[in-house]
Order: sequence, then structure tokens, then C-alpha cells
Amino acid sequence: MLYRENGQFKTTYRADQQIFPILQDRVVVLLFVAFAIVAVPMLASDYLLRAILIPFVIISLAALGVNILVGYCGQISLGSGAFMAVGAYGAYNVIARIPGMPLIPALLLGGFFAMLFGMFFGLPSLRVKGLYLAVATLAAQFFADWMFLRIKWFTLDNSSDSAAVSNLQVFGYALESDASKYLFCLAFLIVIALAAKNLVRGAIGREWMAIRDMDVAAAVIGIRPMYAKLSAFAVSSFIIGVAGALWGFFYLGAWEPAAFSVDQSFRLLFMVIIGGLGSIMGSFFGAAFIVVLPIALSQALPAIAGLFGVQISTSALSHAELMVFGALIVWFLIVEPHGLARLWSIGKEKLRRWPFPH
Amino acid sequence: MAFFLETLLGGLMAGMLYSLVALGFVLIFKASGVFNFAQGAMVLFAALAMARFSEWIPQWTGIENKVLGDVAAFVIAALIMFAVAWLIERLVLRHLVNQEGATLLMATIGITYFMEGLGQSLFGSSIYKIDIGMPKDPIFVLESTFQGGVLINKEDLYAALIAATLVALLSLFFQKTATGRALRAVADDHQAAQSIGIALSRIWVIVWCVAGVVALVAGMIWGSKLGVQFSLSTVALRALPVVILGGLTSVPGAIIGGLIIGVGEKLSEVYLGPYVGGGIEIWFAYVLALGFLLIRPQGLFGEKIIDRV
Amino acid sequence: MKTRQLSLVLAMLAASASLLVHTGAAAQAKEQFIPVLSYRTGPYAPNGIPIANGIVDYYKLVNARGGINGVKIAFEECETGYDTARSVECYERLKGKNGGASVVQPWSTGATFAITEKAAVDKIPIVTLGYGRSESADGTVFKWNFPLAGNYWVAADALVQAIGQKEGGLAKLKGKKIALVYHDSPFGKESIPLLDERSAQQGFELLKLPVTAPGVEQKATWLQVRQARPDYVILWGFGVMNSTALKEAQATGYPREKMYGVWWSGAEPDVKDVGEGAKGYNSVTLQNSTDYNAKVVKDMLAMVYDKGQGTGNREEVGQVLYLRGAMGSMLTVEGIRAAQERFGKGKVMTGEQIRWGLENLNLTQAKLDALGFAGVLRPISTSCADHMGAYWARIHTWDGKAWKFTTDWLQADEQIIKPMVKAAAAKYATEKKLTPRTPAECQS
Repeated sequence: MLYRENGQFKTTYRADQQIFPILQDRVVVLLFVAFAIVAVPMLASDYLLRAILIPFVIISLAALGVNILVGYCGQISLGSGAFMAVGAYGAYNVIARIPGMPLIPALLLGGFFAMLFGMFFGLPSLRVKGLYLAVATLAAQFFADWMFLRIKWFTLDNSSDSAAVSNLQVFGYALESDASKYLFCLAFLIVIALAAKNLVRGAIGREWMAIRDMDVAAAVIGIRPMYAKLSAFAVSSFIIGVAGALWGFFYLGAWEPAAFSVDQSFRLLFMVIIGGLGSIMGSFFGAAFIVVLPIALSQALPAIAGLFGVQISTSALSHAELMVFGALIVWFLIVEPHGLARLWSIGKEKLRRWPFPH
Repeated sequence: MAFFLETLLGGLMAGMLYSLVALGFVLIFKASGVFNFAQGAMVLFAALAMARFSEWIPQWTGIENKVLGDVAAFVIAALIMFAVAWLIERLVLRHLVNQEGATLLMATIGITYFMEGLGQSLFGSSIYKIDIGMPKDPIFVLESTFQGGVLINKEDLYAALIAATLVALLSLFFQKTATGRALRAVADDHQAAQSIGIALSRIWVIVWCVAGVVALVAGMIWGSKLGVQFSLSTVALRALPVVILGGLTSVPGAIIGGLIIGVGEKLSEVYLGPYVGGGIEIWFAYVLALGFLLIRPQGLFGEKIIDRV
Repeated sequence: MKTRQLSLVLAMLAASASLLVHTGAAAQAKEQFIPVLSYRTGPYAPNGIPIANGIVDYYKLVNARGGINGVKIAFEECETGYDTARSVECYERLKGKNGGASVVQPWSTGATFAITEKAAVDKIPIVTLGYGRSESADGTVFKWNFPLAGNYWVAADALVQAIGQKEGGLAKLKGKKIALVYHDSPFGKESIPLLDERSAQQGFELLKLPVTAPGVEQKATWLQVRQARPDYVILWGFGVMNSTALKEAQATGYPREKMYGVWWSGAEPDVKDVGEGAKGYNSVTLQNSTDYNAKVVKDMLAMVYDKGQGTGNREEVGQVLYLRGAMGSMLTVEGIRAAQERFGKGKVMTGEQIRWGLENLNLTQAKLDALGFAGVLRPISTSCADHMGAYWARIHTWDGKAWKFTTDWLQADEQIIKPMVKAAAAKYATEKKLTPRTPAECQS
């Protein structure tokens, strides 16, 4: 009733090929984005911005990158932490070594270095497939771990072998407050998400999906596997690199290589699988699940225990969080094996018909 | 030369220890097509169970005999792993029959988190001891040929023997018994196996039980070497290159892969490491496995991947 | 199917509602809030648990004694699992609670790096007992960091001096070979600048062997040690790396008497499960070793544990890491007390005031004895330029069952350390475009 597309006739190809052809979709998405840009900085507390929203925005950007590689192109990669690290250290080096370097080009250059790194370590995908490729990409992860610890050049030979940034500003406006940092990261997310959505709707996206579904058949009909796979690695690691630079600059402030360890790689893969492979929306759901849920649990569980008058120790709380988290993952997968994005699209389908059964 | 032999032998034995952990991965993948991400957590859980029960049994029952206490702890830990296997099949796998590999992988990840939380809450987060009487001091062989002799770690030697026996038993199981054949059929295709009458749930429980016992043995040996605490689950990351080098579906591949990775790691760290500042073991193992994969993309002994177009 | 979907929707609603739940008690008017970042789970839990228990128990003891001039301490623990991102999240969550956090101890070098940047903006002092950046001892650059009681360069220097003592004098170190088996992380690498300096001065060869975190596989490292046959090995690790190193040393036949560990490698969790195999292993102490007879331990048992308020096991009270946690709390409390002397006794102090207090600590032996730390600590006195306050350490040795002191007090060589601290701090200041504080500014 509310979500019907009756009466919405398209008279140009351009109108028909929009990302959101249905008017209701466009309205809701624009309202949501406006809410995120205007209302959230005004209403959210500092803690919410700094500890929940900023990491969520940055990590969903990284999850987007991983989804392009794993979900759209079918190349399972566990090297995402390394790509984030290369992006972060790359951007750090650019900003620290080139005086007067503006922030946005520095972040993009970090992404560019991550792209080169990703393409190099994506070369095995031309020969190796599936789980074997996943484990092989761990080589990238551990190599990056070692590289940033051992080669002092990356940390500018500084005293503590860790990187730190401060006094960030864009177009002369200092990014000091949490709201400004949040808006800056959100801007990156919106622009890159839009670009990614258009990429996957275009010819290159269809090539990726063909490779994912059946790469031999794709090669038979003329899609060059090398070009498709390496471009997937390139785009994906560029996005992940930019996300890594944002993570280091805007969330951590100061970091050592352990901040981009293999746990981060696994987390990103989990987000993508649980959010929904091959879906841009899925990256956001997955990121919300994995970033926000543990924090929500750590607030909710003591509250629930308090209702029963029980005082839990922090370690018991941590263990309970892990158990609830694991149980929730399994439960969501049983209910919807294709991830949260599928649940979302089923919901929209039902809404189209509502209140009629069919 | 003596030092080279020492490094070589050390690498071979370290590799056997890795293959113990890799076996668990291979078993479950071979029999159910699921990459069990939770293997590391299972090793830790089993080791914790055995370590704590070997403390608790003397306390609760007053049995003074250490060997008896340890055997009882082993048995109890194995029973716990059977229960875990049964619960996993009942609560998780049964509902995810015939889903994609990625979904099943994610489910095992959920199991990992759950078991880490459960293990630490039931058994504690401190460092616990498993003492199965493994000798800790080294032996020196060939002292006549080489000055100072060649060092062999006795504990690692016993562990390598245990691993080899376990592998031989498992190979026999898969090749010669009806259950083994059924397991391989299930690995090929769940639906087809169901349609010819193989009870999937029973097979999966069996496979996870066996993997649980393998995890227990691996946990016992690694725990005796390192002490039982959280980092034990990171041993699984060291065993992953072994799994892919040997092939995800091959039990002998786990051993051969383990030997190659072990030797490669140690030789690279000792001979190449000093030129680049050291610490290259871990990524070298992965790069070595990657190198082999470029020549044989399914691992040395894995089943050839057949794509039907 | 319908119940499944209904329960799914309910679950999602509950999850989003839980985000809005606020926990924590309302701010009490006369309470000093101190957040406690601890790691009771994860790979470093065996070391983190006694530290956290020591911290929390000491605050309870202070409250049992009536608080700091009547002001009670409100503390809240937050589990970090030794992960930097979680530590940052804990810090962000707790820093504004209950009227504002007064002081924070990250207990992890990685978290210290991340929080240092933020604490200066939030005006919350960071106390880092024996960890963090070594150059943060220079208070003119690092206004908000306090590596009290010692830093990594003091530890490394004390180790070199102890080894020198063993050889019969620092001059006898010429031509010797010392291997450094270190945790491959900024924590592990902290020792290298000082050891390089000493190696140049004393003429010994320093062999650096990194161990990739978490350090469960050290066979290759110890085979290299066996080949190089160093005269001594310095162990600089944390968590499972320490006990694994000792076990591998045993397995390759390297005498444990020749091994010297940093104070993060010399506590009960590192040697307990190695037992007799670690006999003879030495470690430098952050001034304290196990001491079951110290007055503070007795007070703790009497006033906290006997009343059923103890956080951990009784047996743990008095062990190395437990006492270290208690020391951290004690120094924080004394900093607050010093702040109260200037800014108002019996009042709740702000972060800035406590910073002044920590910068003007003057703990004489008499004061320490009164607090119950006789035999545990030496006098500590900080100033604007020196946020560390002490250059002393001792060596203790594991005899198979317990830690016992085997040397007298060693004083780290200030002639070497002070210039290094100044130079490194100056480098930090230029990197960050900070101007070091002048003596005039120090007065505030």
C-alpha cells in the first residue's frame, strides 16, 4: 500500500537505471542520509559519536571494500587488515614527509598504496581459488605485520616505532570536535559507497559477478579473468586502504602494527558474511552487527543482571559477551543463511505487498 | 653442519606438532565440507578441560596416583568433547544442511566465539599446567661425529611419534572402514549421500567427535609444551599453511605439509632471518605454502578441483 | 516460520533498545572517580588478573581507611583484553562518568600510545608504572604522562649493571656476547636504544632476536641462541612468551642462571608452570618482589579480605604483579593527596589538580613506611622535569618455588639515561610541534 510502484512510469533510460528507481526508496534514503548528516551530530552524545558512530562509519567503509572482493568477485581474502595497515601507514608517511600536504589527497594516496599492495598480493588469485586463496592471502597479512615492525622507515625512524597523527585540518577547518570527524568520515563513506554501488551495477561489476559465479564459463564468454580479478583486488584494497587511513587518523590517533592484526582481517570477513555477500547494504548491516553489538552487549548485560540484583565481574561479562555474540551469529545464520541483507530485502518485498498477502 | 642438522630436526618435529592441529581441520573438511574455524578454540577448550580436571580429580576424589588422575582427566575431557560435538551437530549443523561454504564457515566462527567464552568461564583464564610426564631436557646424539652433538628435544620427539601414530590410525579409518567411506561420501555431496541412505547427523557427530579427540591430543601435547592458556588457540593460525599445503582433504598431506612447513619455517628464520632482522617465520610459512599452491592449486595431496561449466 | 520471524524482529528491537540503556551509578558528590582498565581475559590474562586485583584491592583498602582525607574512591573496571581499540573504547566510555575520570592507568604500552594523544586534550593524567614510552619521563614535553618508579631504560640499565656485577665489574663485559630475546612490538623494542648505548660504551656484542607475538613458537630463536652461545640472555617479553622462552631454554640446554628478564618477564605467572625448570632465572624488579610480610599486605588481608571484600585469591596477595598493581594505586592516591594539600583538603580533585599532585610527589621513606610499603619501595620524588621519580631497581631470582632478592639496590646510570630521555623527548616535541614547558610554566 505504501511501497507500491504504481503510477511511477519512467520515460527515459536514465530514469529507469537509477540506483533507487522507486520514489519511496529515494525519499527514505535521502531522509536517512539527511538525518545522519544533520540530526545525528546535534543529538548524539560525545561518547556515542566518538566510540560508536565514528568506528562504525569507518569500519563499514572497510567492510564495503571487502564485500566487493569477497561478495561480488568471490575471492575470499583474509588480508584486509594488511590493506588497512598499508593505507594507514601510507597516508601517515605522506602527511609527515611532505610538508603542507592536504588531508584528503593524503588519505587517497594511502588508498593508492594499499591498491598497489593489494594487486600484488592478489596475483595468486589467478591460479588459486576458494579457501586455499583465503589462507594464501594471510601471507599478505603476516607480511605486512612484519614489514611495519621491522622497517623503521615506515614510522619515520621515530623513537617509539609507532605512528601518531594530530592537528588534522581540511580546507583550513580544524577537525577537532567529534562531530566534525564524524561528518568527515561520513562524507568519505557516502561518496565511496555511491561510487561502489555504481561500479557494481556497471559492466565491471557484472564481470566480477560472472567470475564469482563460474569463472571458467566467464572466461569462455570473453571476460578476462586476470583483468576482472585484479581490478576487484585493486578497487577493494583502495577502499580498504582509505578506511584504514581513516581508522588510524580519526579513531585511534596513534597506532602500532598490532592495531591492524589478523583479528581485524577476520572481523571484516565476518562482517561481510553475516551482513550478506554481494550486497552494499549488507556491509553496513554486518559492520553494525560486529562493531556496535559487543558495545551494546557490554552495556545491556550488566543492566539485565542488575535487574536480577546480580553483580557480574568484568571478566564474566566479557565471557558472556563472547558467548552471546557467538550464539547470535549462529542463530542469525540459521534464520537467514544469506545474511542480514537478505532479511532486509525480504522485508522490503513484504512491504511491497502489505497489507495484502500476495 | 651439526647446527644445520639440529635446525632440520627441530623443524621436522615442529612440523609434526603443527600437523597434529592441522589434522583436525582436514578431518572435518574431508568429511563434511566445512572449514572448521573453531578448531583452535576446540584445542584450547579440550586442553583446558584436561588441565583443570587433572587438578580437580585429586581434590575431589582424593586419588593420589598421578597417572590414574591424568588418564581420568583425559577420558573426561574426551567425553566433554563428544558432548560438544553432539551439541554442535544438533544445534548448528543440522539446521545448515546444504548451505554454502561461506555460511558454514561463519557458523563455525560463531562456535569459536562461543567456545572461547564458555571455556574461559568454566575453566578460568589463568595459565594451567598439563603434566603428562614428558621429559623436558634435551638429548644429544652423534656426539662422536660432531663436537657438542646434535640437539634433539625429547618432548618434541615423543610428540612427533604420537602424531604419526594418530595419523596412521586415521588413514586406516578413512580407507578401510565403512564409516570412513561414508564420511568421504558425505564430504563429496551432502544431498547425494542423504539420498543413498547415509544418516548425515550420525556421520557428522562421528566426525566432530573424532576431530574433538584429535583436538584433545593436540591440546594435550601443545599444552604440555606451552602451558594451557588463551594463546594456545593461536596455534591454529600456525597450522593453516600446513592445511593448504597438504591439501584440505588429505590426511597424509597434513603430515607431509607439516614437515615441509616446519623445516621451511625454522631454516628460514635461522638462515635468512638475520639478514632481514628476524621474525620472518610466520609469513615465510605462508609464502612457502603459497609458492607450492601456485604449482599445485589444490595443495600437494588435495583433490583436484573440478569445475563443471 | 512466523514465530521465527517474530522472534527475529523482537531481537532486533531489543538490540537497538539496549543501545540506549545507561549503566553505572549516579555521580556521588564526594567521590573521586578512577576508571580501571584491566585485562582479565584473553592472551595476557594470567598477568592481568593479579595486577587488576592489586589495583582494586588497594582502592578498597584506602576506602576502608576512610578515603583520602575523607574523600572516597569510586572505581569502575573495564575489560580491555589488552587490545588497543578496546582500551580506547573503555577510556572514552569511562572518562566522562561520575563527574569525570581523575586519572587513568592503561597497563599496556599500545594503549598508552593511543591514550596519550587523547588525555592531553581531555586533561586527564596518565600513570604508567614501568611501561609506556621511556622518554615520557621528561615532564617538560610530556605534561600528562607519569612513568612513575621506573621506565624501560632504567630496567635495561639495571640489567646490564647486574650482569656486570656478576662478571666482576662493568669493564669485564668487554668482548662478551649478550643476546636480547624480545617481543616483536614497540614494547619489546624499547630496550634497544639503551642496550645499544651500553654495548657501545662497555664493548659487548648485542645480538637481537625478535619473537613474533604472542611468542608461542620460539624453537628457531633458541636454536639461534644455542648456535651463538651468548654469555647472557636478556628476556624482554610479556605473557606466554616468557614461560615459553624458559621452556625452550630448558629444551635447548641454555642455563637459566644466565638469563635476565625485564620486570614484565619476572613474575609468578611466567615461571610457575615451568617450576624447577626455571630455577636460577633472574629478573629485574620494578623495586618490588613478592613480599608476604609487608605491612600493606597484612593490612590488605585484615581490612579487606577478612571482611570478605577481596577481589581475588588470598594466596595472590603479596605476589609480584599484585603488589605492582597496588603500587600503581598507591602512587595515584598519593598524587591525589598531594593535590589536596594544595587545592583543598577533603575536596574532590580535578584531573588538572591531580596532575600537579603527581608532578610534586615527595614520598620519603618515612611516608612509605607509614603507608606500609617498607622494604617494597624506595623514596620517589617527582618534579616538572622528571616525571619518573626514581632510578632504582633490584634483581630477584626464582629458586624453583619463590622469588628471592639476589642483589642489593642498583642505581641506573642517570648520566646515560637523562640525555637519552631528553633527546628522545625533544624529537617527539619537534614531531608533534610542541614547545617544552619552561621552568616558569612548571609552577602552575
